[in-house]
Amino acid sequence: MAKNKKETQEQIQFTPSGTGIRTNGQIVRSTELPSPTKKKHKSLGLSEEDVVDMFHQMYLQRRFEERAMQMYQKGKFGGFLHLYMGQEAISTGTVYALNDDDDIITAYRDHGWGLVRGVSPKEGMAELYGKVTGCSRGKGGSMHFANVEEHFWGGHGIVGGHIPLGSGIAFANKYKQNDRVTACFLGDGAVDQGVLHEVLNMSQNWGLPCIYAVENNGYAMGTAVHRHSVGEIYERAHGYGMKNAVINGMDVFTVYEKMKEIAEDVRENSMPWFIEIRTYRYRGHSMSDPMKYRTKEELKEYEKLDPIERIKNYLLDNDILEQDEIDEIQDTVEDTVMEAIDFAEESDFPEKDDLYKDVFVEDDYPFHT
Amino acid sequence: MAELQFREAIRAAIDEEMAQDEGIFVMGEEVAEYDGAYKVTEGLLDKYGPKRMIDTPISELGFAGIGIGAAMNGLRPIVEFMTFNFAVLAADQIINHASKVRYMTGGQVEVPIVFRGPNASAGQLSATHSVAYDAMYAHFPGLKVIYTSEPEDAKGLLKSAIRDDNPVLFMESEQMYGLKGEVSEEEDFTIPIGKGKVKREGSDVTVVAHGKMYHVAKQAAQQLAKEDVEVEIIDPRTVKPLDIEMIVKSIKKTNRCVIVDESHPFGGLAGEVGYLIQREAFDYLDAPVQRVTLPDTSAPFAKNLFDEWLPSANEVIDAVNTVTYRK
Ligand SMILES: Cc1ncc(C[n+]2csc(CCOP(=O)(O)OP(=O)(O)O)c2C)c(N)n1
Repeated sequence: MAKNKKETQEQIQFTPSGTGIRTNGQIVRSTELPSPTKKKHKSLGLSEEDVVDMFHQMYLQRRFEERAMQMYQKGKFGGFLHLYMGQEAISTGTVYALNDDDDIITAYRDHGWGLVRGVSPKEGMAELYGKVTGCSRGKGGSMHFANVEEHFWGGHGIVGGHIPLGSGIAFANKYKQNDRVTACFLGDGAVDQGVLHEVLNMSQNWGLPCIYAVENNGYAMGTAVHRHSVGEIYERAHGYGMKNAVINGMDVFTVYEKMKEIAEDVRENSMPWFIEIRTYRYRGHSMSDPMKYRTKEELKEYEKLDPIERIKNYLLDNDILEQDEIDEIQDTVEDTVMEAIDFAEESDFPEKDDLYKDVFVEDDYPFHT
Repeated sequence: MAELQFREAIRAAIDEEMAQDEGIFVMGEEVAEYDGAYKVTEGLLDKYGPKRMIDTPISELGFAGIGIGAAMNGLRPIVEFMTFNFAVLAADQIINHASKVRYMTGGQVEVPIVFRGPNASAGQLSATHSVAYDAMYAHFPGLKVIYTSEPEDAKGLLKSAIRDDNPVLFMESEQMYGLKGEVSEEEDFTIPIGKGKVKREGSDVTVVAHGKMYHVAKQAAQQLAKEDVEVEIIDPRTVKPLDIEMIVKSIKKTNRCVIVDESHPFGGLAGEVGYLIQREAFDYLDAPVQRVTLPDTSAPFAKNLFDEWLPSANEVIDAVNTVTYRK
């Protein structure tokens, strides 16, 4: 065995000595954040109303999930619940940067994406409850929010599985020459799936108008990014000669600015980009995660960078809103979310016959029983 | 009627449909410049150009998924797998995505895609290149599965598959591409998915056989006719949806049944058909249903073992003898 290596049998280990693992109280950031943009809203081309709305959207995503979490803990609904808290700047900045008919697809951490792309809080909450009034008529649940009419192609539950789907959506857009850009979001864990290689290769070769955007939140479930993946994620683009960038995902202006630039480039040149957006998720991977793999200190460090606090402070510091106006928005959002819960609770479950609906296009398909 | 090879019938179906609908394109390994690994798509690049005839890298998972995404977004891809053996690498995309997106989005997305290519055993290509996948895919709701036996079926069913708004797996046999047969020249000739065909009428025993096994059954029937046993052959043509009514109707006439299936025995189509027959026609059966399948082993290489491995006309004859209590 491995005579040329100096390791003895006892020293051999397959756990990289990287960062982000339990650190005896030391704070080790799982990813290094690039600096946020210094630009103000005006020079980014955003109006004051836009900034207010961005805050509104992000706060809605946060509050929706906080309440969803409570309802889950009360046993109001089951299944997985992967919360997006901490990452809201990415969904919001992206949706602002893209055109309304640009396409977006993501993995199972999809509530934020749904809400900012036209799934109403009512339809979203009802979907979590498995009600027929949900955005996916109670057939999808937390992992499968979708609003295809608004070009949000849904959350998908197989890690990496939607990467070719997003590429195919981009393929069709190029085929139809409709100038649409597809943004395909994936987690850092999905970077390890072989299908990514296949797809990046084809995408670059064929010039697909697609942005592959990795939301690197530091962890794939409990495995810190440096323990599951070698090198820097964005550098994978180099192997394909693909344009790439690393972006601070804790700041909505930064995401907006970069995404807009990149989307314009994609639209103009019909060549893909591979980008890494560094961010952090506050909650566990899902509700059953005791989070033993990270320290409280690490979490606290990131909470200091909270994207919602950041935009709130921007609104206050730049005299766009007063504190009482902020409070008002927050109250409105709270009401909206509570109404959504009432709506979900009062809605009906799907009919038994719905079990057989939407499997095939035909209503009279002969099922085996 | 025109006499066409199997591959020509498939090509004609693709060609006719592509001519009518801009949104149809073909993608797969070697489909364009090389004219198709089995020359099914020969000449189509010249006719339709590289936008609609797309050579892919050897990345089954990736291009199957790109096809699915394109179908979700309004195109009608025909994805060729060099064989369905390699489509196992794409199984995640077909099973986890194509079959399910419609369901889990509450009907928001349609996936009008055809996956096609050779299925099942091929001459002495050994274990990894001789597997039948029709039953495996038929297991999953949301997929339609066709495994055709004659050029005319291939043309009519493939045209229906291309027009279908669901994901369809369309299977051929690489050993049958040169097989000739009469094919309707009727304009817009199609065969509905889910309808079987009585390919030979007979009164003594029903033999259910699809794909390449239809030809094995036909050979057995010709032999048996010499001994005054009249075999009725039903080719279900589509595995899913399955025309069980046609099979049951035949059994009510013959009271005996043999199923010939190119799959392994466990969990294959033969088991499903056998179950459905006992449920729907138990009182009409004069003997237990017999099946002739591959053995529960992978394909061997050695010629003698390979021949032994494949279901043969003699095995079908033995099974008929068993259900008719002749021997
Ligand atoms: C193919 C596959 N393997 C494993 C899982 C189980 N699983 C679900 S999420 C997850 C972690 C993925 O992490 P990442 O891609 O970084 O996304 P994040 O949760 O950080 O948003 C795992 C292992 C799965 N859903 N699919």
